[in-house]
Amino acid sequence: MPEANVRHRPAVAMALSLLFAGLGQLYNRRYVKGILFIIIEASFLLTFYNFLNIGLWGLVTLGEIPMLDHSIFLLIQGLVSVIIIAFAAALHIANIIDARNDARRRQRGEPFPSLIESCRHAWDRGFPYIFVTPGLVMLLFIVVLPLLFMVSLAFTDYNLYHSPPRHLLNWVGLENFKNLVSIPIWKSTFFSVLAWTIVWTVVATTAQIALGLFLALLVNDPRIKFKRFIRTVLILPWAVPAFVTILVFAAMFNDKFGAINREVLSLFGVSIPWMTDPFWTKVALILIQTWLGFPFVFALFTGVLQSISRDWYEAADIDGATRWQKFKSITLPHVLYATAPLLIMQYAGNFNNFNIIYLFNDGGPAVRGQNAGGTDILISWVYDLTFTTNNYNMAAAISLIIGLIVSGFAIYQFRRTRSFKEEGNI
Amino acid sequence: MNRKWKSRVEVALIYLFIAFMFVVIAYPLLWTISMSLNPGTSLYSASLIPEKWSFEHYKWLFTSPESDYLLWYKNSLFVAAANAALSVLFTALIAYAFSRYKFVGRKTGLYLFLVLQMFPSLMAMVAIYILLNMLHLLDSLWGLILIYVGGQIPFNAWLVKGYFDTIPRELDEAARIDGAGHFGVFFRIMLPLAKPILAVVALFNFMAPFTDFLLPSIVLRDPDKFTLAVGLFNFISDRFANNFTRFAAGSILIAAPIAVVFLFLQRYLISGLTAGGTKG
Repeated sequence: MPEANVRHRPAVAMALSLLFAGLGQLYNRRYVKGILFIIIEASFLLTFYNFLNIGLWGLVTLGEIPMLDHSIFLLIQGLVSVIIIAFAAALHIANIIDARNDARRRQRGEPFPSLIESCRHAWDRGFPYIFVTPGLVMLLFIVVLPLLFMVSLAFTDYNLYHSPPRHLLNWVGLENFKNLVSIPIWKSTFFSVLAWTIVWTVVATTAQIALGLFLALLVNDPRIKFKRFIRTVLILPWAVPAFVTILVFAAMFNDKFGAINREVLSLFGVSIPWMTDPFWTKVALILIQTWLGFPFVFALFTGVLQSISRDWYEAADIDGATRWQKFKSITLPHVLYATAPLLIMQYAGNFNNFNIIYLFNDGGPAVRGQNAGGTDILISWVYDLTFTTNNYNMAAAISLIIGLIVSGFAIYQFRRTRSFKEEGNI
Repeated sequence: MNRKWKSRVEVALIYLFIAFMFVVIAYPLLWTISMSLNPGTSLYSASLIPEKWSFEHYKWLFTSPESDYLLWYKNSLFVAAANAALSVLFTALIAYAFSRYKFVGRKTGLYLFLVLQMFPSLMAMVAIYILLNMLHLLDSLWGLILIYVGGQIPFNAWLVKGYFDTIPRELDEAARIDGAGHFGVFFRIMLPLAKPILAVVALFNFMAPFTDFLLPSIVLRDPDKFTLAVGLFNFISDRFANNFTRFAAGSILIAAPIAVVFLFLQRYLISGLTAGGTKG
């Protein structure tokens, strides 16, 4: 058993390991481990030095010579570099902590685990990382990197007139956001689109929740028969792929030839300009979204309603409560408590419900004095800005605003959920 | 007597409202079916009750040399199967680690998943396009699969973790005492017990490629590589060859099987969502 060595200092080990991985381990006289760490860090630097160097340079400058430097590729390489460096930094910190722990042991004169033991320990401790890594790498490159890229674009001048390789991009700070609220055409478009997005989210989602709740209550009534059959039919709109039904509705709502005007409303002698008048397009969109969205809420509430204990209602009956009182004080609180996070998600989903807006009428009809269609919501406007007019910078700036808003939803959800309170036990 | 009558009127009104909902739900669906049976390509001359019933559109989809429908079906099946298998694998691994182990970054990871699942994938499309281009995976089904598998992780990891949390820890502790290792517990305890939720994840990832048109329309260029949704969308988005009746026929052939499977499984989805989302 080694003796305690008070002169052995953890601080020295940590400083050495900070300088270069493995040095602190050598100081701790853990030679195999130290050499292993040195080899790993050296090969990392040899492999990635050039890539990281160019990446970071590119991230800062976005290139210096037009035609030769491609700002977009440099930007992506820069972001990848940042991710790699973050990984490396995490490993480096783990190495410093390891040096400190070993040094403390030496100081106290505790024995070191044998190589086999420490391998086993590493396997046990490292196991969750092995499980998480494949998915995490995918997530980083497929979800996180693109989002970082989008965030970066919001601070550049990338649009149709400034596009690589012919031009270099520049960092422009908050310019895009300033333009969004100061240049008249952007300003009027932004605020009218934002207003409609909010109205759309609130009205369409509330309508689908209200209808779902109402139907769930009706079908749950003990006097109603054929419950299974009724429920199956009511869930049908959810079962049919939405992109099919939206396109079918788009055809049905066609002003001149659509079935709604031709076969239904003609009975009453009316014809409504569903596709050409922004107001009526909005009405149609809300009706369709209600049709598409209520079955989910209905199924959800049906499940909850069946789980409310009979006792509550019997007690209320004894007290002579009216039906409305029972609904207000028993049913509603139960239902809402169990489903609140999912209902919030419904609002978030409609806030970004690109499919229905795009497929129904492509955000149209066009309106004068703004560069978005009359029924465009923020996300479909972003799509048009990106793929039709190539205003990448403005699209990214608006995306960032959307991102901030949806994060608000996410944080609410985060606080409600109990999954965080469950701890791992290994 | 009066009370009985009131109750009867109420029940009648409820049935009346449900009947009204039935009509509202059935009308567009029946209309689509009748469109697909109308001869001719035009939406304008078609009517709800066709004068002549005809299966010409269905026949065209399967037999015409111009039709790529079977090819699209094959592509969609391939993407769907690969997506379902890979998604279940990656998601289960992540969910197991997050449900049963303590490690640095666990909380951050959960938080990250939660925030990421809120962001619509549309916002990342430009970068995904450029990335796939750099990796030479543009216009390739594998590129599409890669994006699907990566993109589903935040939501499904959360869902499956919620389900894993409901499996008693005593079970895996007992297995550990009996000498099972990390993989042993995962394959012999967790996976078999989590079959219902894994089936749901597999199924939804299987169905997603059949109904998603946005991502494939950006990633895929070559009509030979189209999935069903993109191909069908092109039947009607093409301004010069607007072919709604053919679209209706093609859509019914994907919507019908999906709807049937869905109706059978929606109960599991609801219980999975409420278990993973609120109770944890």
